[in-house]
Amino acid sequence: MYRYDQFDHRLVTERVGQFRDQISRRLSGELTEDEFRILRLQNGLYMQIHAYMLRIAVPYGLLNATQFRMFAHIARKYDRGYGHFTTRQNIQFNWIKLPDAADILSDLATVEMHANQTSGNCIRNITCDEYAGIAQDEIVDPRPFAEILRQWSTFHPEFAFLPRKFKFAITGAAEDRAAIAVHDIGLAMVKNALGETGFRVLVGGGLGRTPVIGTEICAFVPWQDVITYVESIVRVYNQYGRRDNMYKARIKILVKALGIEEFRRQVEADWEYTRGGPCTITVSELNRVAAFFEAPAYEALSDAGAELSAFQKNNKAFDNWMQRNVKPHKVPGYAAVVLSLKKTGVAPGDVTADQLEAAADLAERFSFGELRVTHMQNLVLADVKQSELVGLWQAAKVLGMATPNIGLLTDIICCPGGDFCALANARSIPLARAIAECFDDIDFLHDIGEIELNISGCVNACAHHHIGHIGILGVDKDGEEWYQVSIGGAQGNDCSIGRVIGRSFSFGQVPGVLARLLQVYVSERYDDERFIDTVRRIGAEPFKAGVYATPVEDDKALSGADYDLLKAGTPYDLPYYSPRF
Amino acid sequence: MIIKNRAIVEDDWVILRPGEQDAPLSVPVPAGQVIVPLAVWQAQREALVNRADVGVWLQSSDRPEALLGDVGKFPVIAVDFPKFADGRGYTIAYLLRERMGYKGQLRAIGDVLRDQLYYMQRVGFDAFMLRADKDINEALKGLSDFSESYQASFDQKLPLFRRAERGAI
Repeated sequence: MYRYDQFDHRLVTERVGQFRDQISRRLSGELTEDEFRILRLQNGLYMQIHAYMLRIAVPYGLLNATQFRMFAHIARKYDRGYGHFTTRQNIQFNWIKLPDAADILSDLATVEMHANQTSGNCIRNITCDEYAGIAQDEIVDPRPFAEILRQWSTFHPEFAFLPRKFKFAITGAAEDRAAIAVHDIGLAMVKNALGETGFRVLVGGGLGRTPVIGTEICAFVPWQDVITYVESIVRVYNQYGRRDNMYKARIKILVKALGIEEFRRQVEADWEYTRGGPCTITVSELNRVAAFFEAPAYEALSDAGAELSAFQKNNKAFDNWMQRNVKPHKVPGYAAVVLSLKKTGVAPGDVTADQLEAAADLAERFSFGELRVTHMQNLVLADVKQSELVGLWQAAKVLGMATPNIGLLTDIICCPGGDFCALANARSIPLARAIAECFDDIDFLHDIGEIELNISGCVNACAHHHIGHIGILGVDKDGEEWYQVSIGGAQGNDCSIGRVIGRSFSFGQVPGVLARLLQVYVSERYDDERFIDTVRRIGAEPFKAGVYATPVEDDKALSGADYDLLKAGTPYDLPYYSPRF
Repeated sequence: MIIKNRAIVEDDWVILRPGEQDAPLSVPVPAGQVIVPLAVWQAQREALVNRADVGVWLQSSDRPEALLGDVGKFPVIAVDFPKFADGRGYTIAYLLRERMGYKGQLRAIGDVLRDQLYYMQRVGFDAFMLRADKDINEALKGLSDFSESYQASFDQKLPLFRRAERGAI
């Protein structure tokens, strides 16, 4: 993975110094909250319901064991012993005190990490395919370009105050595993007819209030030109993106308003000035950065032998895990393993300090000391010997990270929601828990098969509910939390936006609604057809009919006592999750 | 007082900020060094074009290309930041300097605060009129927040990878 040189270290250190000074000016009153807010956001610091939340950048999802141990240290020293992996491959700590923030960033700098531009109206952390470098369907490893673009976007002087946040995702494989179509700029590495490497560039995708699938602005930008090209996109956006209405400020609105042809014309007119100029990426720079991502010292192995198959045949739990959590690898004898952070009863994406340290140990023992964060809020050990899968499974089980549910119903993608987030209309973590408990039967889950369930606590769509096969959106109705259900969304090459099935439901109805959707699916599916494929084949009507045929029982017990207390503002002794009480 | 070329100096320019009721064509432009809004410049160009003591200021919604052809005439161009979080002024400055070849004083006015000065100087501003309630001596430090940068801009024509020996594996 990429390692800092003196320049990276210097920039991060100077940034910490700058922010430390800004914090002290805030604490002294020299900076007003309005002035400070935008500064702290660009350093990843949000004000949530209970405390400050610090969002630490995990560039393109790649981490090493030392960095994981640093997270554990931060969790223990500055937080309440746990962290939360997000849908953009970052990690958040929820219980930060403002005077500690600079010390945390100093600690992070020692392991080559930071929280720069993880919030605010600037270019955010660039997300990437979690199987980059090891996927069998990879065309080009996108990570060197993700790093080159990270550096370009870091403290870019022209683009620190864009109309709105700006998100890149990059992939280099045939299958899009980075949801590039729902990013402000989506980059897919491709080869042209001459075999040259470049980028297919999508622009104007995004979720939130107005979900839009990105449009191709250029079928092939040579790799050397990618900085100048995306810089022109952002420059046009910075000038013409709407600033009068924050709900209409994302680039997708500008692209829609101008039309892709006119937008492209403006980008290309700007690009004329810079194309081929000094910001063109050099071969030597690409080679320098790419060297950091060269394959580890794989052994010459062949694919797993009879011993593994025999163990798998005789051990159903291991077989389930092999089917769901073990992914193919381009090198014979190796596999990628997903450590599930979706154990029933645990908030999706949450990890304790002990788990962080244990995962670091697993990475060192099984996977060259590296880990990856997925945008589905799980972890990946990317380079595991197949001969060691049993040992890894046993170790991961002890840690509660071997739930064999990757890609299944309980692999829920979930935002922090009303328990933490100041923007949320409704709770999402307790709903995820209630759903996971209702469907906590591994045979049932495996029978239902691949399905993506995404729960966002508000329209900002941090859990990407629009592209969940089933998406749940928390909405506010007269101060009450309600949930809108949509179906038919999908990420990947066939990205689509889900459609709302009808009127919304109470917390206690949602598991019942899911059960009805699944009943329709089970009765309508062909053979191995996935839920999403059935929805696409038969349309939403049979599902709507199934759900709304009779009133859905409202299981008030599911909602938990938490909620009434939460609303009443009563002090609370034993919270399920949210120490809001 | 303003910050100019990294020093605190007396400001010898007056900024004309007409009221809503003032029509660009008729608003009086005083004698002496004055920076007028783009609309006034455009409306009164014939009367102003031969004055060497007239500068122009742009709103963040103005287009710098409106000064194409005139840009060499101005001893000073100012760009207004209605709110410091309105980032259009950065691209306006970059375009004036980099694309339109403007060489005179480029001044940030309006909601100009210490914590934005570093980025502002990178895109080509060399003069800063701090918001009146802020301490200009303190603000001067903001120009030195960073000693290096990854990407090119007006102040540094080459990205880091073209001008430094970077660490390699």
